[in-house]
Amino acid sequence: MSQWPTLARQGLWSNNPALVQLLGLCPLLAVSTTVVNSLGLALATLFVMIGSSTAVSLVRHQVPGAVRLPAFVMIIAAFVTCAELLMAAYAYALYQLLGIFIPLIVTNCAILGRADAFASRQPVGLAALDGLMVGLGFGIVLVILGGARELLGHGTLFSNMELLLGPIANGWQLTLAQDYQFLFFVLPPGAFFVAGMLIALKNVIDQRRTRHSARPAATIARTERRVRVTGVIK
Amino acid sequence: MSMLHASQAADAPISTGGTPPTASLMRWVAAATLPGIMTMTAFFGLGVLSNIVLAAAFAFVLESTVLYLRKRPILPALNDSSALVTGVLLGASLPPASPWWLIGVGMVAAVVIAKQLYGGLGQNPFNPAMVGYALLLVSFPAHMTLWAPPQPLVGESLWAQIMGSLPSEQIDALSGATPLDAFKQKADELSATRFWANDPLPAGTLEAWRMISLAWLAGGALLLARRIISWHIPAALLGSLALLAMLFHLADANQFASPTFHLLTGATLFGAFFIATDPVSAATSRRGKLLYGAGIGTLIIVIRNLGGYPDAVAFGVLLMNLCVPLIDLYTVPRPEGHARGAMR
Repeated sequence: MSQWPTLARQGLWSNNPALVQLLGLCPLLAVSTTVVNSLGLALATLFVMIGSSTAVSLVRHQVPGAVRLPAFVMIIAAFVTCAELLMAAYAYALYQLLGIFIPLIVTNCAILGRADAFASRQPVGLAALDGLMVGLGFGIVLVILGGARELLGHGTLFSNMELLLGPIANGWQLTLAQDYQFLFFVLPPGAFFVAGMLIALKNVIDQRRTRHSARPAATIARTERRVRVTGVIK
Repeated sequence: MSMLHASQAADAPISTGGTPPTASLMRWVAAATLPGIMTMTAFFGLGVLSNIVLAAAFAFVLESTVLYLRKRPILPALNDSSALVTGVLLGASLPPASPWWLIGVGMVAAVVIAKQLYGGLGQNPFNPAMVGYALLLVSFPAHMTLWAPPQPLVGESLWAQIMGSLPSEQIDALSGATPLDAFKQKADELSATRFWANDPLPAGTLEAWRMISLAWLAGGALLLARRIISWHIPAALLGSLALLAMLFHLADANQFASPTFHLLTGATLFGAFFIATDPVSAATSRRGKLLYGAGIGTLIIVIRNLGGYPDAVAFGVLLMNLCVPLIDLYTVPRPEGHARGAMR
């Protein structure tokens, strides 16, 4: 189980699906208008991610290579349906708010990417952990993006959290600016802008760290085909 | 020396002694905005000047700050006056006496994001002033359509408006529509003649806009005479705009305004001479410039007549900025002596 720290670091930081692979941008940019929207979609994606990675790993010896992608999509779709029904049962208002973006989790290429690149060739435990870490990495970026856009666009934080968390979250809303609205950050261009800034921030932190550490960064074992869009290919 | 080099030398900015060519070019552009700005001030009051002064101040402060953060030499970049021109152009596009924060947000988008984040002067794919304008128009539609009727606005009222402390009822009382806006909001069944017969605008509005447009034209003529801009972009822009407006007008004169209305109101002439001709974000070759200008003119009319916004110079310019790499790729001039098509 020596791969666990590596998997965690890759999923959360160095191969983060949202900041490095730039996968799953459609829900990332469309839904991240508020913290509650982001958190709802992040939890649903995390659930699907863990479930599908585990299931794909379980059936990996039975699925022939030629039909693996349709089979994986079917598995993912099954978990997305579960997530959708669960959300409709326990957080109906949020379910209505997120609308089409819950079924669209099926087409989130971060999930299919992990299923094909990692889960289909690794044992169950590792695949589940990878699903958890990549899902967390995606979810954390989604929530940060939602928070930044809610703050910059509406001047509030944690509004309507009761839609997801129930009555305990009543009154969680922090209003940092009264009568404030900056539509740019509410609309999709603002999502691109904030996501770009987050990627830039990550690259700056990476640069600082390589500059400060005298020894070269440890080489990461190449156990899977990695997809990178931003950052430096090591 | 080939014909290509000779023609480029003719297009190049004239260098006046010690000042670098970019600075002299930018100062001429700034000088050529004076007739337009003075006419606007005469009709809309001191709010026009406060916009421009604030925008230029923001431009200098933001440009120096970003250059300092980027560890670049500050003085040479400030000295080329490109930030000043961006400030003047954005300031002149905004409704008179815009609040300071509106100008500040627009200038951050223009100088910090559209210009410096892309690598500074010469690297920006989009016209900085229009990025700022488009961001403000999308984000704060209420403030951006707040054109006061042509009346001098002075003293405390002006100050209160700039500081953003004017109560909203008073702002509503001050606001008026631009001619383009008024015509766009005309009821469909109302015929154009009846609409204009009803005096839909405060007295003098249409005349004010016409005079301002002609003043921008005068400034543009100065730029053309000094060979700071070539005629290709403005001619193609105005020509395609007039032609398309004519076609729309002939199809349904009640829905679509006449070509003269489109040419002389809104930001058409200002955009044609001062915005679309930005040397950094426009197409490079002569054929490319013609295509680029015609594209902007077409987009302006399509958006004005069929789209949701009353004016569309900013969107037209930004959308065509996006096409410039493609236009430049397909309009590489054929060097003298090369066969047709040999370049590809």
